[in-house]
Amino acid sequence: MKISIASGKGGTGKTLVATSIAASLASAGRVAIADCDVEEPNSYLFFPDRLILERKECHVAVPVIDEDRCTHCGKCAEVCAYHALAVLPQTVLLFPELCHGCGACIIVCPEKAVSESFRSIGEIFVARSHETEIVWGELALGEARTTPLIKAVKERAEGDMVIVDCPPGTSCSMVEAVRGSDYCLLVTEPTPFGLYDLNIALKVLAKMKMPHAVLVNKSGMGDSKVYDYLEQRKVPLLMEIPLDRKIAEIYSQGGIFAERMPEWKPRFASLISRIEEMIS
Amino acid sequence: MKQIAVVSGKGGTGKTSIVASLAALSSGRAVYADCDVDAPDLHLILLPQVQERHDFIGIKRAFIDSAKCVQCGSCQEACRFSAISDFQVDQSLCEGCGVCKLVCPADAVEMKDSLAGHAYISETRFGPLVHAELFPGEEASGKLVAMVREMARNLAESRHMDLVLIDGSPGIGCPVIASLTGVDLALVATEPTITGEHDLERILGVAAHFGIKTAICINKCDLNPEGAGRIEALAREKGIDVVGRLPYHTSVVEAMVAGQAVVEREGPVAQAMKEMYKSLEEML
Repeated sequence: MKISIASGKGGTGKTLVATSIAASLASAGRVAIADCDVEEPNSYLFFPDRLILERKECHVAVPVIDEDRCTHCGKCAEVCAYHALAVLPQTVLLFPELCHGCGACIIVCPEKAVSESFRSIGEIFVARSHETEIVWGELALGEARTTPLIKAVKERAEGDMVIVDCPPGTSCSMVEAVRGSDYCLLVTEPTPFGLYDLNIALKVLAKMKMPHAVLVNKSGMGDSKVYDYLEQRKVPLLMEIPLDRKIAEIYSQGGIFAERMPEWKPRFASLISRIEEMIS
Repeated sequence: MKQIAVVSGKGGTGKTSIVASLAALSSGRAVYADCDVDAPDLHLILLPQVQERHDFIGIKRAFIDSAKCVQCGSCQEACRFSAISDFQVDQSLCEGCGVCKLVCPADAVEMKDSLAGHAYISETRFGPLVHAELFPGEEASGKLVAMVREMARNLAESRHMDLVLIDGSPGIGCPVIASLTGVDLALVATEPTITGEHDLERILGVAAHFGIKTAICINKCDLNPEGAGRIEALAREKGIDVVGRLPYHTSVVEAMVAGQAVVEREGPVAQAMKEMYKSLEEML
């Protein structure tokens, strides 16, 4: 089973929840965390005794122009939807960060001067800490496109239970991270910012037809509007974690919340049981 | 005209609360731009009155005319994004490259513009705000960020204002790069947590990659004094100024709930925000 942990607003506690679920289920079978926040992967930081098992580059396709054959007709630049090619009288410029690797330039070139090569946009890591496998992607600095790396992380993560730690926001990175999950748990906080972004995230999940529920973190702060909203929309609220300086301090030092406050382990385990019941 | 972008790497480090306070402090001389287009929150504090709405056209998307389609399967084979199955396009997977149209022998594919969001010009109690809404799950957030920034620059020019203040999105990818390019200063909001520290290093790396000057604001600096000390040491080592040190205080969320900037109320965070604003003014 694959459960994604997403949010809309950043900093609501996705990684705290993902690592705590993994810690709470570790004795019950193989658990994997797939950290799909490839821009800022953090889950692995909470497993200081991790052993790196695998590390490899994530490659995407890019065109290569054979300047001997190229007549600088400009058709490749014209067809490129991403403005990744510019044809000058003497040469063709490629902006690799903009290229989506679609292959349109290869198809349109009348001189067969375009072939394909590969370039790295980041790395995929696989590590193990006791019973937990952690897979994460790390986007190279300056790279803009995240989705190929997110796909690669999801493909590599294996286990009876895969917890997908998603990037914040509601754009294509978040959609790609959530896609393929059996269930999505949205983590929010009871503040105006939390509620506004939760509402957008719920619209995305509805569009994706992804079953979902909400976890309210830092409850006790802010106001009660998130609760009113959830009740009105009949979105299940599966768990609350209170605003507690002690929890914030544990997290700040890199501790796994449910590991350091083990009375929470059965609560996270029953959270997962409830989700399993709902989707079976 | 100067442009400052508030960015963070890690989400939830206080970017929007910082921008709202800097907006209150720079009231009358600046245009504000909310470039966190897929989780925009600045309007919840600035409470804008919308004056203009502009359509945002995202990427083109492919549509197959089933009346013309001969079901040869060429498009499915050629699509690198696995967006076509059973001779239909899954719009959520289509990246708009147009390869399907190129290979279709029956001229059954049409590439259509899609309305992917809106950008707004608004008035607020602190001055003009340019903000946007990306429709849920849409691509091209970087392109919308570029649109918001261009509108903000034009507005600042036409109103003779000397500052554009940008609220960025978390991360280091496409929308963040679009928020950072060409700014005079990136103010990086961080917090003394193991994740905040890690993400700070990556966003500083991206800013350095694009040759952008940076300053650091440590939010919740008293939550983990050891971590805050490590951030100060990192800043010294890299020659970056720590211009803000905000304490962990309930006034931040109280102001947010009331739809106010933190500096519109009294308190230790308000004081620290004012000091930070002074430092930023000196830097520019």
